[in-house]
Amino acid sequence: MFKIFKAFVKKEVYHILRDRRTLLILFGMPIAQILIFGYAVTNEFKDAKIDVLDYAKDQSSLQLVQHIQSSGNFLLNRILHSEKEIEAGFKAGTSKLVLVIPESFGADLYGNRPVSLQLIADGSDPNNANTLVQYALAMILDFQKERLKLAENPFQVRVETRMLYNPQLISAYNFVPGTIALILLIISAMLTSLTIAREKEQGTMEILLVSPLPPLLIILGKVAPYAILSFINAVLVLVLGYFVFGVPIIGSLTLLLIICMLYVITALSLGTLISTISKTQQDAMMRSLMGLMIPSMILSGFIFPLASMPVVLQYLGHIIPATYFIAILKGIMLRGVGFNFILFEVSVLLGMTLFFLFMTYKKFKIRLE
Amino acid sequence: MPENIIQVEGLTKCFGDFTAVDAITFTVKKGEIFGFLGANGAGKTTAMKMLIGLSKPTKGMGSVAGFDIAKNPEKIKKRIGYMSQKFSLYNDLTVKENIRFYGGIYGLDKKRIRSKTQSILKELNLNDVAGTLVAALPLGWKQRLSFAVSMVHDPEIVFLDEPTGGVDPHVRRQFWETIYEAAALGRTIFVTTHYMDEAEYCDRVSIMVSGKIEALDTPENLKHQFKAKTMDEVFLKLAR
Amino acid sequence: MVHFESVCPLRSSSIRTSWNRLVMQAIQVDNISKSYGKISALKSVSFQVEEGELFGLIGPDGAGKSTLFRILTTLLLADSGEGHVAGNHLLRDYRKIRRIVGYMPGRFSLYQDLSVEENLSFFATIFGTTIEENYGLIKDIYVQLEPFKKRLAGQLSGGMKQKLALCCALIHRPEVLFLDEPTTGVDAVSRKEFWEMLKKLKQKGIAILVSTPYMDEASLCDRIALIQNGEILTINTPEGLMTEYDLPLYAVKYDDTYQLLKGLRKMPYTKSVLPFGDSLHLTVEAETPVSKITEYLTDLGFENAEIRPISPTVEDIFLELSRRTESKND
Repeated sequence: MFKIFKAFVKKEVYHILRDRRTLLILFGMPIAQILIFGYAVTNEFKDAKIDVLDYAKDQSSLQLVQHIQSSGNFLLNRILHSEKEIEAGFKAGTSKLVLVIPESFGADLYGNRPVSLQLIADGSDPNNANTLVQYALAMILDFQKERLKLAENPFQVRVETRMLYNPQLISAYNFVPGTIALILLIISAMLTSLTIAREKEQGTMEILLVSPLPPLLIILGKVAPYAILSFINAVLVLVLGYFVFGVPIIGSLTLLLIICMLYVITALSLGTLISTISKTQQDAMMRSLMGLMIPSMILSGFIFPLASMPVVLQYLGHIIPATYFIAILKGIMLRGVGFNFILFEVSVLLGMTLFFLFMTYKKFKIRLE
Repeated sequence: MPENIIQVEGLTKCFGDFTAVDAITFTVKKGEIFGFLGANGAGKTTAMKMLIGLSKPTKGMGSVAGFDIAKNPEKIKKRIGYMSQKFSLYNDLTVKENIRFYGGIYGLDKKRIRSKTQSILKELNLNDVAGTLVAALPLGWKQRLSFAVSMVHDPEIVFLDEPTGGVDPHVRRQFWETIYEAAALGRTIFVTTHYMDEAEYCDRVSIMVSGKIEALDTPENLKHQFKAKTMDEVFLKLAR
Repeated sequence: MVHFESVCPLRSSSIRTSWNRLVMQAIQVDNISKSYGKISALKSVSFQVEEGELFGLIGPDGAGKSTLFRILTTLLLADSGEGHVAGNHLLRDYRKIRRIVGYMPGRFSLYQDLSVEENLSFFATIFGTTIEENYGLIKDIYVQLEPFKKRLAGQLSGGMKQKLALCCALIHRPEVLFLDEPTTGVDAVSRKEFWEMLKKLKQKGIAILVSTPYMDEASLCDRIALIQNGEILTINTPEGLMTEYDLPLYAVKYDDTYQLLKGLRKMPYTKSVLPFGDSLHLTVEAETPVSKITEYLTDLGFENAEIRPISPTVEDIFLELSRRTESKND
């Protein structure tokens, strides 16, 4: 039986190697996706226009504004006079960031009192906004360090940032978990459903069925190569994220890889389930695109935060495996949480997988109808 | 002596090093049913594409309906009908809509389209199903409708590319009757096929083997010449 | 044993089932029906294929041939009726059937992106055998493919593809071979070769059920069933089939075939007249003398029309039988 299985996998490998399109999806897409998302958020910038709402209008506030401009990253656009003017700049697109300096700035800075500043960014372009805020923060801290040499203020400058339009800003780090979730889904689910549908379309499924091959072996032989490939891809994305973009893996790597494997199985079972109801490749493609890809991209919290969606969509988001997987990944990678903290998400994922596997087993036909 | 509606001399088509059609020469008389035979890949389709102005010859010359195939392909297209093996009908349009559509693309005026639609529906006995989607028609009806539609602009010559894919004896006979009828009205019919027994229905046939015309005569003379009982045997003797 | 059955006809289906186990007909089909929604694809079809017999199922597209093949290869379930392949029940013993049959579907169903050799060895492996083990069976066919064994199956000519598909269907030494329209769309030379291969396989004791839309291939089978609209019109040997045509048949020839056709359609004695190549095949009421036909044609001005009595072809018989079935059904 193992020999048959091996022959099956070998055949599948030939199919993959000889089909440029599959190869491109397999290896081109993860790399392209992570690079696009990654570079979109870490782009260097110069002369970003900022507005300043200066209530203090004293020497120290002037010094702060000058200091912020000194790196060449920021350029003062306008001095605002009231809070009402803040949005106008965003709406006209003339400014991306507003620095609000309170009236007591100078006095607080030198008077041993907590200093608070406010940064308001245009969250509709979240990646950009995040970068701007990070840079501005760096400049403000730098300014504080310089001043501290002059006056010993035990209090740190407190900067309050506010994102207009997209309060739950997606950070660069979010893209790596999201991309892994999406890529595993595409490769495991879409490609397996496509390859099974192709056998039906070409009529080879007819011959396979009229052979002593047990149906389970057909499924396993089909999905095994893709399981391995998806896993390699997940690792590839992790490596790219870690080395190129410095996305950390704070938690346990072993736990992370085990969860990735679990999710691969979830996606594969979904893929085979789709293939049992699709007759042609086009059919399988449509079903995986509409049924998996698009919901997973939109409703999993990958691109748009789930919390800011209408309740109905939130519910929908909660039946998508990617939602849980992304939550787990973020937990392990970014917050470094252990197994105890992701118990709920893992059990949901496990439950879904068992359900899909059961459905696939139920739906898989030993005949043509 | 009837005039030649197709006249071809030394017609050649090369794709790189490969010569798909190798200096073929033949004529088709007006009103004739001409069978253009050959196995798959013998060069039939390539040759026919040159005749209907879809492909430029590499060498040689030819004329169809009085126009040069290299210089005036657009004029030829207006004067010929073409029916491909995968009927060009739209399955999701009704019988009537299909006729109207093709009348429209051949530039018939409204009055002409209306009268043409009526006459086709009447001739093919399709009045009852005029509003039915083509998809629901039996194969034989589709085939005849497709043929009628290819003649909606009253062309002098109709090219049929592998018209009898299905070999239902009933359907085939119905279809040949329709072809005979068109020929009786003075139309020239040019049929390509790889079914040798189809050849027996033609007035004259040419047999292409790897790019060359290896035989050209009436089916009867060919069978006589090759001492064969059927056209199938003629072909087998030619190909071996 | 077949002879024995004819003296001892068994009607009850349960007895017949056990009977099948004894005689082991290669294929036994009893009243199988199948419909897709409103369209009935098979209407109570019954026939048997003996061991080592080359049985042809002949009928046009849409006659139900492929449906029947899929039912017999356990790919589809019949709505009603029973069937056995080499003594195995279609429903109960489907696993066993899948081990012992070779099946070549109507379309070319091999992996186009695998080479000739890769396809063959894949199918050998999934049937738990190797190319070497059964090379003897496919040798005659495979030697023709060997020069191209590294070529991808998708790049083979039509005839070569059929040969490869046949090799793949044979590689596990099946007891019964199902070939669904193996010669459709294949050139005349390859068709002829293909039938020669089937003859050799038959001599090796493999029962073969082959379907074809080409009526002229009937004479190459041991027995044939003509099928139309899901109904079997007749089952006979090619020779026996000829005797089923009991009406006078003439070939009539005239320069203008179409005018002649229109003329003969109106003749009072005509039962049917159909174009057959460059002549018309005319069936008339029994006991119509030729002189009457000549007289009628002369009156219409077809003076030198040539009339000669002919023996029917399979196509004549098919057309006549399906005409009768239709008028019976109406």
